[in-house]
Amino acid sequence: MRLEPRVETPFYLWIAAPIAAIAASLVIAALLVMWAGAEPFAVFGLVAKGALGSQFALLETLTRATPLIFTGLAAAIAFRARLWNIGGEAQLYGGAVLAVLLGTGFLPLPAPVLVPLLFIAGAFAGALLLLGPTMLKTRFGVDEVVTTLLLNFIILLFVSFLLEGPLKDPMGLGWPQSRRVIEAAQLPRIIEGKRLHLGFVIAIAMAAIVWFVNARTTHGYEMRAVGFNPKAARFAGMKVDWVMMKVALFSGGLAAMAGVSEVTGLKGNLTLDLSPGFGYSGIVVAMLAMLHPLGVVAASIFVAAMFVGADAMSRQAGVPNYIAHVMVATALLTMVVGMLFTRFRVHWR
Amino acid sequence: MDAIEIVFTASLWAAAIRIASPLIFATLGELICERAGVLNLGIEGIMTVGAFTGWFTVYMGGDLWTGVMVAALSGAAFGLLHGLLVVPLGLSQHVTGIGITLLATALTSYVYRVALPEVTSPPKIDPFQPWAVPIFSDIPFLGSALFNQTPLTYLAFVSVALVAYVLYRTPLGLAVRMVGENPAAVEAQGIDVTVLRIGAVMVGSAFMAVGGAFLTMSAFNSFYFDMVNGRGWIAIALVVFGSWRPGKALLGAILFAAFDAYQLRLQQIVAGIPYQFFLMLPYVLSILALITMARRAGYPRALMIPYRKGER
Amino acid sequence: MTMSDDGRPADIVLRLAGISKRFGDLRANDDISLELRRGEVLALLGENGAGKTTLMNILFGHYVADAGRIEAFGRPLLPGSPRAALDAGIGMVHQHFTLADNLTVQDNIVLGTEKLWSWRGHTARARARIANLAADFGLAVDPAKRIADLSVGERQRVEILKALYREARILILDEPTAVLTPQESEALFATLKKLVANGLSIIFISHKLNEVLAVSDRIVVLRQGRVVATRPTQGATSADLAELMVGRAVPMPKIEPQAAGAELLVLSGVRLVGPEGRAELDDVALAVREGEVHGLAGVSGNGQAALADLLCGLRRADAGSFRLLDQDMTGAETASIARLMGRIPEDRHAVGLIGDMSITENMIAERYRAAPFARHRLIDWRAARRFTQDIIAGFDVRCPGPQATTRLLSGGNMQKLILGRELSGEPRIILAAQPTRGLDIGAVAYVHEQLLAARRRGAGILLISEDLDELLSLSDRISVIYRGRLSAALPRAEFDVGRIGLMMAGHGFDGARHAA
Repeated sequence: MRLEPRVETPFYLWIAAPIAAIAASLVIAALLVMWAGAEPFAVFGLVAKGALGSQFALLETLTRATPLIFTGLAAAIAFRARLWNIGGEAQLYGGAVLAVLLGTGFLPLPAPVLVPLLFIAGAFAGALLLLGPTMLKTRFGVDEVVTTLLLNFIILLFVSFLLEGPLKDPMGLGWPQSRRVIEAAQLPRIIEGKRLHLGFVIAIAMAAIVWFVNARTTHGYEMRAVGFNPKAARFAGMKVDWVMMKVALFSGGLAAMAGVSEVTGLKGNLTLDLSPGFGYSGIVVAMLAMLHPLGVVAASIFVAAMFVGADAMSRQAGVPNYIAHVMVATALLTMVVGMLFTRFRVHWR
Repeated sequence: MDAIEIVFTASLWAAAIRIASPLIFATLGELICERAGVLNLGIEGIMTVGAFTGWFTVYMGGDLWTGVMVAALSGAAFGLLHGLLVVPLGLSQHVTGIGITLLATALTSYVYRVALPEVTSPPKIDPFQPWAVPIFSDIPFLGSALFNQTPLTYLAFVSVALVAYVLYRTPLGLAVRMVGENPAAVEAQGIDVTVLRIGAVMVGSAFMAVGGAFLTMSAFNSFYFDMVNGRGWIAIALVVFGSWRPGKALLGAILFAAFDAYQLRLQQIVAGIPYQFFLMLPYVLSILALITMARRAGYPRALMIPYRKGER
Repeated sequence: MTMSDDGRPADIVLRLAGISKRFGDLRANDDISLELRRGEVLALLGENGAGKTTLMNILFGHYVADAGRIEAFGRPLLPGSPRAALDAGIGMVHQHFTLADNLTVQDNIVLGTEKLWSWRGHTARARARIANLAADFGLAVDPAKRIADLSVGERQRVEILKALYREARILILDEPTAVLTPQESEALFATLKKLVANGLSIIFISHKLNEVLAVSDRIVVLRQGRVVATRPTQGATSADLAELMVGRAVPMPKIEPQAAGAELLVLSGVRLVGPEGRAELDDVALAVREGEVHGLAGVSGNGQAALADLLCGLRRADAGSFRLLDQDMTGAETASIARLMGRIPEDRHAVGLIGDMSITENMIAERYRAAPFARHRLIDWRAARRFTQDIIAGFDVRCPGPQATTRLLSGGNMQKLILGRELSGEPRIILAAQPTRGLDIGAVAYVHEQLLAARRRGAGILLISEDLDELLSLSDRISVIYRGRLSAALPRAEFDVGRIGLMMAGHGFDGARHAA
C-alpha cells in the first residue's frame, strides 16, 4: 500500500470524509450496542430523541455544548500551531477558581463590569497555566503533551485542596464545594426558566473572533506558519518562540473561559466534578472540526448531543451511557483517517 | 520515627519496589515503542484495558497467569490499532495516541458496565500473593525489600533484563534500534519497516497492559475506573528520564517509587501540610525529571517521524 | 521472453524490460529497457529529473513499476521488495546515505544479514569479515566507530561495504561523487576497478560527463524518462553526450569581467560553536564585494550550513563581527537581515517554503508585517495576491494560481518562487546556498541567469555550492571551506581544479590533518 499526495482535493471529499468517519463510528457503536443485547436503531433513535427531540432536549444539548466550544477552540488554535495542549482540563479549573475567588463577593461590582472581568481574569489564569509547559517546550525541549497532562492531575489536586481548605463553603455541610458566586457574577439565562445561559453566546462570539484572527490578522498568519513549518517560519524572520507564547496565551485563555462559563452560567459554585472531561472532549471536538473555528461550534453540538442523548437513552434502554464516550473516541480516530484521505490518494500496490 | 530514619527501613523499599512494578512494565513498554520510533500516548488507556481484562479474566474463573496473558493480548490488540494508524498511514502520533487512550478508557468503562450491570461495589478477586525467594529473602534488609514480592514484580525485573538483552545483543534488537534512528537504513537492508514498527508497538503495548494488570491483580484486588491515575503519563516521563535505556529506566522507576513511598509515610508524621500536596508529588517529580533530562537525552532520531515507503 | 538457459548470452546479469512509472501526470520512466553485462561499468547518464533515481528505486524495490519486468541472473525479480533485490545479489549505494548516525559502522553493515530471531549476533566473525573486505578493496574504515563521527567519504565506504558484506554481484551507485572531493572520487574509481576485476557488475548513475567517460564501459543516456541512446564509452565525446542528455546544446554560463566595488558583506574573526561544544566555524574572515560572485567551495559538512545559518540570521556568532552594507549585524534579528539580503536557503522544502501553505502566503512570509500587506495587524490579502501574481509572471512560475498549495509544485518552480520572493526587491547582497541542487537543466540555467543578472546590476553574491563546475564557471573569486575554516579567496585567474580539490581535502590549512 502506498499513499500518494493529492494534487487537488475534490470538494466532495471535504463533505464525504467527516460523514464516512461518523458513519464508521456509528457502525462500531451499533456492534457494541448489539453485544449489550439491545437493538441499535432503537438505541440510536433514543439518543437522537434525547438530544434533539424536544425543546428541553435541544436546550440541554446547547448547554452542554457551551464548555465544549471553549475547550474545542482552545485545542483547535493550539493544534493548528502544533502546540499539543492536552491540558484543557487544568486550564478550565484554573478559570473556574478565579471566577470563584473574585466572584463570591470579593469584587462587589455590578454585573456588566463584573462578568467581563471574571472572564478576563479566568482567561488570564488559564493562559498562565499553559505558558509554563510552553516555555519548557521552547526553552528546554520538554514535550508539552506530557507536561500538560501531568498538570491536569496537579491542578485537580490543588482544587481539591482549595475546596477542603481556603475556598470551602462553610455552609456546605462538609462537602468539598465552594461558596456560590454573587448574583452580579451570574450569567443571565437566554430563555427564562431554562438552563441555557449567556455563556453559549459568548462561546459563539469567541468562535467568530478566533476565525477572524486566523484568517485576517498577522497573528493568525504567524500561528499557522509556525505550526506548519517552524524552521521556515524562523527563516522568514518570525520569532517562533514568541508566536508559541501567543498561541499558549490564547489557547489557555479559551479553555479557562469554559470554567468561568460553567461556574457563572450553570453551576454557581465550584466542585470537583465541574468538568466531566470537557478538556479532553475539546480535543475530539477540534479534530472533528478539522481545526476550523466555526466547525468547532458544529462539532461541539454534535458531541454534546451524543452525551446528552446517551444519558437519556441509558435511562430508558439500559445500555450504559459510556457508549457516547466510545462513539466520540472512535469518531476522533475515524476522522483523522478520513482527513488523511483528503490529502492522500491510496494505491494498493 | 523521624523523617530521616524512614529512608533506612526495609519496609519503605519493599513498598517502593511494589509501587515501581506497574511503572516498570509501563515504562519498558513505552521504551520499546519509542525505540522503534513510535510515541505511544495510548499508554494510559492501554494500562486501563490491561487492568480490566486481567482482573475480569480471573473474576470469570481464569487463573492468575491466564489473566496476565489476556491482559497482554488485549494490550497488543490496541497496540496493533495504534501501529496501523501511525505506521503505514503515518497519522499524527500525538492525536492518535490521545484517541487510543480515550477509546480504550471508554470501551473499558462500557464493557465493565455491560458485563457487570448489577454490581454496586467492585467485586474482588484473589490476587497474586507475595512469594519469598528461597535463600535470597534471608538476606538482611535486601531480602525483605526485594525478595518478598509478588511474582509479577519478579516478572517486571526479569522483563527489564530480557528487553535490555534483546535490544543490545540480538539481531532483532539491532533492527528495532535502527528503525528508531533511520527507517530508510532498515528498509535498504531488506527489513520491512512497517512490520517491525507495528510489532514493536504491539509488544510494547502488551507490557503496558501487564503494568495495568499489576494494579488489579497484585497491588489491589479489584477494578476501579480511574485506577491508572496518570501512571501512563508518568511512565512517558520516566522513559525520557532513563534516556531510552532499560536499565536507567528501571532505576528511574524505583527512585520515583521510593519518593512516592516516602511521601506516603511522611504524610503520617508531618502535620499541617494538606494531603493533596503529597499526592501531587509524583506528578511534580515527573515534570522535574523531564526538565532535568530533556537537554541531554539521546532520543531516537526518528521518533515521531512517519516513514512512508519510497518517499523522501 | 524466455529464461536464460535457452540461448541468451550468458554474460547478461541484469535485464530491465519495458519499465514504466508515472507519478500523477509525470512520466518518470517511460518504457525503459537496458541490460547489464558481467564485469562492466554501465553508466546511467541523465539530467536531474531524467528518471535515473526512479529507475533504480524500482530496481531496488522501493517503488513498484506500473509496467515492465526485471530479471537478475536470468531469474525474474519480485517487484517492490528490497529484500528480494538484496537476495538476488543487488546492492545499492543511495545518494542520500541510508545509515543510522548513532550506531556503529559494524551495526549498520551487519543489520539484516543475520536471522532476526536468534539469541545472539556474531560480532567477532562479522568484524573480521569487514576488516578483510575493507583491506581487499581499499575501503578503510573503523568498524567500531559511530557513523556520526565519520567523514562523508568514509560513510560512502560503509555503504559500499554494506553491499559487499552481503556478497552483492551487482552494485548500483547513485550520484556517488556528488559529495566527494576530486581526489576522493579518484579513490572511488580505483575501488570500482577492483570490484569489476573481481567479477562484479556496476551501474554508475551520474550527470557529470567527464566522470562517466572516465569510469564506464558503456553508457545509457536517459532523457525525460526515456532511453535516448546506448553506446560504448570508447569513442563517445562529451559534446555528443551533453546534447543527447539535454536534447539541445547547452552553453555553459559565462561571466564577463566586471570591476568589483565596495565590500557589502564582511565577516571577521567569526567563531561559531555547535551544541556539542565543537567549533563549527573558526576565525572565519570573508568579504563579498559589489558586483561579484564569491564562490564557496568545500566538501559537504565542513561548515557551509553553519555559515549559511549565521549569514541568514538563524544563528549568532560566538566571537567576531558580521557587517552588512556597513551596518553591524553581529547580534541582529533574522528579520532585519532578511530586509537587506536576498537569501536562497539550501533546503527549499524544509526551510525556504512552507509546503502546506498557499503560494501567496509563502510570498509574503518576509514582509507580511508592513504595508502594503498589513495595516494595524490586518492582512490585505488582495495586495498579497497581486504581489504574488507579479512574481508568478515575472519569474515564469508554472502553477495553477496564487492560491495553489506550494507543496505540490515541482522543485524548479519552488526555487523560482524563492528567487521571486528574494530577488524581486533587488537586494544589493545575495546569499545563494546550493541554489541548483536537484534541479533539472532548465531550472538550473534559469537560476544561473538570475544570479548573473543580479551581478550585472551590481549585487554582491555569495554562492555556496558543492558542485565545483558550477563554482568555476560562475565565480569571480573562490574561497574553500574546510573543517570550519576558510581559505583566502582565489581570483579567477588562479582557478585550478586540482589545486581547489586539494584545498577541499585540507591542504594548505595549517595544523589541519589531511582528510582520510
